[in-house]
Amino acid sequence: MNALREIYGGFKSLLIGMRITLGQFFRPTVTVRYPHQSLKMPPRYRGHIELVGNPETGKPLCFVCKLCERACPSDCINVEGAKLEGDKRKSVTSYKLDFTKCSLCGSCVEVCREGAIRFSRDYNLAGLTKEEFLLDLVKRFQAQQAAVKAEIRNPKSEVRSAKSELSAEQKPQGQLAGAVKDGGSVS
Amino acid sequence: MNALFSKVITVLDTEPYRLVVWVVAIVSFVALNAAYLVWVERKGAGRFQRRPGPTEVGPAGLLQPVADGLKLMSKQLLVPAGADSMLFRGAPLLVMAPVLMSLAVIPFGRGLAAVNLNVGLLMVFALGPINLMAIMFGAWSSRNKYAVMSAARVVSQNVAYEIPMLLVVTTIAMVSGTMDLNQIVEQQSGAFWHWNLFRVWVNPLMPVTFLIFYICMLAETNRAPFDMVEAESELVAGAYTEYAGMGFGVFFMAEYANIVLGCSLATVLFLGGWQSPFSFMPGVTWFLIKMYFLIFSVVWIRWTFPRTQFYGLLNLSWKILIPVSLFTLILSAAMIKMLRAPS
Repeated sequence: MNALREIYGGFKSLLIGMRITLGQFFRPTVTVRYPHQSLKMPPRYRGHIELVGNPETGKPLCFVCKLCERACPSDCINVEGAKLEGDKRKSVTSYKLDFTKCSLCGSCVEVCREGAIRFSRDYNLAGLTKEEFLLDLVKRFQAQQAAVKAEIRNPKSEVRSAKSELSAEQKPQGQLAGAVKDGGSVS
Repeated sequence: MNALFSKVITVLDTEPYRLVVWVVAIVSFVALNAAYLVWVERKGAGRFQRRPGPTEVGPAGLLQPVADGLKLMSKQLLVPAGADSMLFRGAPLLVMAPVLMSLAVIPFGRGLAAVNLNVGLLMVFALGPINLMAIMFGAWSSRNKYAVMSAARVVSQNVAYEIPMLLVVTTIAMVSGTMDLNQIVEQQSGAFWHWNLFRVWVNPLMPVTFLIFYICMLAETNRAPFDMVEAESELVAGAYTEYAGMGFGVFFMAEYANIVLGCSLATVLFLGGWQSPFSFMPGVTWFLIKMYFLIFSVVWIRWTFPRTQFYGLLNLSWKILIPVSLFTLILSAAMIKMLRAPS
């Protein structure tokens, strides 16, 4: 009798298991189809650093105080700048980041008084050579600005990027919003 | 046009052509099923785990089996040094042959069987163990001790499950009074409670015999949760360790072909074959619906339960399935003796 009860109990639990898996079968999938879609990184995600722009002028906030260069424990930042005509401060001409050495400690972001650098949310970094990770952040900044301008001028592309929502989050729109928010704290 | 068509049919129904047509039909049925059940399996596995499954090759990944096949065919066929090359090469052929032969007697519809054998049931079970022998040959001839160990496990597993399966089938043969698969299906005509699965007035344990048959079918085809032969997460490939390329591919396809055979046999014996409660579709459709439902259940079971341990597997057979199936056999014998008027 005991054996029969055991068989019955075991069989019933098997059926319960099968009901649960069948329930999952008919529910929508939860995976992100990675190469076609990518996840939106959370706000505090630490990608490599990037320059923050001034929303009014559209130029980097950085005035080449080189605090970040000095704060960096791995010596992977190299900032150069020049004083342009009529400006009170220097403006950045080259911001080289050797991402192969960077450990994302965040000392540079912490030390920056202007809030001119921040962590990007880039995480799809892959390359075949070391040189691909010697980043020029000024060029990157200019490319971002151009993309933002193109977005404003051509709202059609906005529709397109809204369609591929997940991947579009990474790109210019997010940058623009971030730049406006960060720029607000600048005097 | 119609006259031509019927003439072609008549010609094709005469002896030498009929044979060719059936051989081509069965081989293509088995091959297509084996290829596309892999896709069904992968899609099913994906859905059960809330993933989409294969999506990249073709629409909804439908060309995935083609890609897999091409990949396997482009691999070198290796015969390990010191292996018995003839047996090693022959084993994949031998594993596929019994399935093809057994399908010849399965009635897919009314009169739709390659051979109307009056001992069809016997033939299927006579050919069944050849598949097991082929796995053993493959492992033995590959001169790999791990493969031989796996083969020993396969043999003990299959022998253990052959017994309750045959006892259950004997029960069915006794209840039906025939071994002709066509007649077994004919007897289940009418409403669905005439199916052997629900014929509780013949033997109150009929649903239990179906369960035993289904469990044994899973074990005989080496499917999860009884897939100790291959056990892809633990062993390299069990008995197929030394096989490369399409040699392995054929074993893999034979597994699915065996599932098709097992599920069609379960349909014929328990679910009324081509019989249907409604009369709006041809019998073949009903047969296929029932068969594919059983196949889906095989996938469903695989992705629900973890693999059993080996002693658990043998305990299940020797301590539960064999006593229960013996009991049902004796019970139905007693009921036939007592309830049926001596003729």
